Amino acid sequence: MNFAHRHVLGIKQFNAEELNFILDTAKSFKEINTRKIKKVPTLRGRTIVNLFFEASTRTRTSFEIAGKRLSADTVNISASSSSVVKGETLEDTARNIEAMHPDIIVMRHSASGACHYLAERLDCSVINAGDGTHEHPSQALLDAVTMIQHKGQLAGLNVAIIGDITHSRVVRSNIDLLHKLGASVRIAGPKTMLPPGLERLGCKVFSRVAEALEGADVVMMLRIQLERQGKTLIPSLREYSRYFGLNEKNLALAKPDAIIMHPGPMNRGVEISSAVADGAQNVILDQVENGVAVRMALLYLAAGGEKQNHDADEGDIHERLAD
Amino acid sequence: MAGEMTEILDSTAIQRALTRIAHEILERNKGVDNLVLIGIRTGGDYLAAELQQKIAEIEGVKVPLGTVDITMYRDDLGHRSNLEVGQTDIRFPLNDRCVVLVDDVLFTGRTIRAAMDALVDLGRPRTIQLAVLIDRGHRELPIRPDYVGRNLPTSRSEQIEVQFNAQRGPIGVNLFK
Repeated sequence: MNFAHRHVLGIKQFNAEELNFILDTAKSFKEINTRKIKKVPTLRGRTIVNLFFEASTRTRTSFEIAGKRLSADTVNISASSSSVVKGETLEDTARNIEAMHPDIIVMRHSASGACHYLAERLDCSVINAGDGTHEHPSQALLDAVTMIQHKGQLAGLNVAIIGDITHSRVVRSNIDLLHKLGASVRIAGPKTMLPPGLERLGCKVFSRVAEALEGADVVMMLRIQLERQGKTLIPSLREYSRYFGLNEKNLALAKPDAIIMHPGPMNRGVEISSAVADGAQNVILDQVENGVAVRMALLYLAAGGEKQNHDADEGDIHERLAD
Repeated sequence: MAGEMTEILDSTAIQRALTRIAHEILERNKGVDNLVLIGIRTGGDYLAAELQQKIAEIEGVKVPLGTVDITMYRDDLGHRSNLEVGQTDIRFPLNDRCVVLVDDVLFTGRTIRAAMDALVDLGRPRTIQLAVLIDRGHRELPIRPDYVGRNLPTSRSEQIEVQFNAQRGPIGVNLFK
C-alpha cells in the first residue's frame, strides 16, 4: 500500500485502508518492545522534537520511548521550560526549532487546530499528540490496537464511551476511527458534557449510563478534567460518581467478557471505582503498552511517507532495493 | 510484470536443489547440533520451512525455525514507496547457535546485510551462514552465499521471481526480461 502522509494530524485524514495499515504496522513494531535489546536502526540519524505545551506524562514518555527504540534522536521541550513563558508565539517557537532541522515535530497544544497550523507552515513532519478538544489520533489508534488484541476485530463491536464528551479529544478521534472500521459507538454522560450533533456523527446517545452499558463489548471511561471545566459542569464529584461512574454493579450490564479502557490518568472513585480499575476486565495497562508500538508506527510512517511525493524519478532505485 | 518470461527451475528442480542444500548444511555443520534456520520474509521463510522438512527427513530432527523481517533495518527509508513492515518471529535464543539464513534470490546483498544486523540485535550467534535458491550476481556489498541452489548470471534490468503455491511450496523460478 502507498502511504502518502507526511503529517499525522488526526484520524480524519485517513481512510479505512490506511487505518488498517497503521494498525498492522504497529503490530509488527510491538515485537521489538518485548526484546532484550529494544532498539532497531529504522530512524537512525533522524531528529524528533517533542513539543509539549500541555502537561503530559504518558503520551510524551511514550513518544520519546518510541523514537528512541527506532534509534532517532529525541528532544523534549515542555512549555514551562521554554520561551513560550517569555511570550513567544507558537509560529516563532516552531520556526526556531525548525531552523535546527528536526525531521519530525510531535506536538501537544491546548488550542484545537494548532497542529494543522504548524503543518501548513513547516517543512518537517508534524504529529498531533493532542490538540485542544479536537483530536488525539495516537490515542485512538492505541485504543484500536488494544480492542483488536482482546476482541479480534473492530467490526461489529459495541463500544460505550462514557464521561465528558464535549472536552474530550480522545472521543473525537475514537468515534471517527471506530466508525470507519465498522464498530458502533454509544455515548453517555451528563447533559452538560454532551455536545450537540453526536447523532449526526452516527453515535447512539444516552443520558443514562446503564443504557449505554447494556451488552457493550468495550467500555471506555473518560476522565473528568478536574483541572479544567470538570468542576463547573457537574454539581459535585460524588454525584457524578454515583450517576456516571463505572462500578462493579453497572459493569454487570455489559457483556461478561467486556473490556474496560481508560485513556488515563484515572480519577479513582470518580469516573471509575478502584475495584473496577483493578479488576480482571481492565486493559488499561495494555493500552499504555500498545501506545509505544503505535507511536513507533506513526513515526516510521511519517518519516517514510515524507519523500514520496517528489521522488518519482527514483523508480530504478526502488526496484533494486526491493530485491 | 511485463516482458518475456523464461522458466529457470521447475518444482522438481527446486526440490533437488533444496535436498542438496540440506545435505550440504548437515555436512558442513556436522549434524543438527545447535543448528537453526532463519528465513527472510517473504520467500526465504517458505524455503527455510522446506529445508527444515528435508533436514528432518534426513536426520530425524526438526531444527528450530524462525523468520526475520528486515524492513526496520533497511537503509532506504524516504526513498521507497512500500512501507509495509512484517513481523520477526524467532522464539528461541540465538546465542551460540549456528544460524543458516535463508533467502530466495541473492542480488545486491543489501537484504542480507540488513538481516544480519537484525539477527545480531537478537543475540550473538556463533556463526551465520547463508543459503539462497538463486544467486543472480550484481553484489554491492562483500557478501557471499555458503549454499546456492543455482548460479544465474543476469543483467540488472532482468527480474527473477520465485513462485510459491497457496501452501507456500515453491513451484517455479522465472526470469523476466
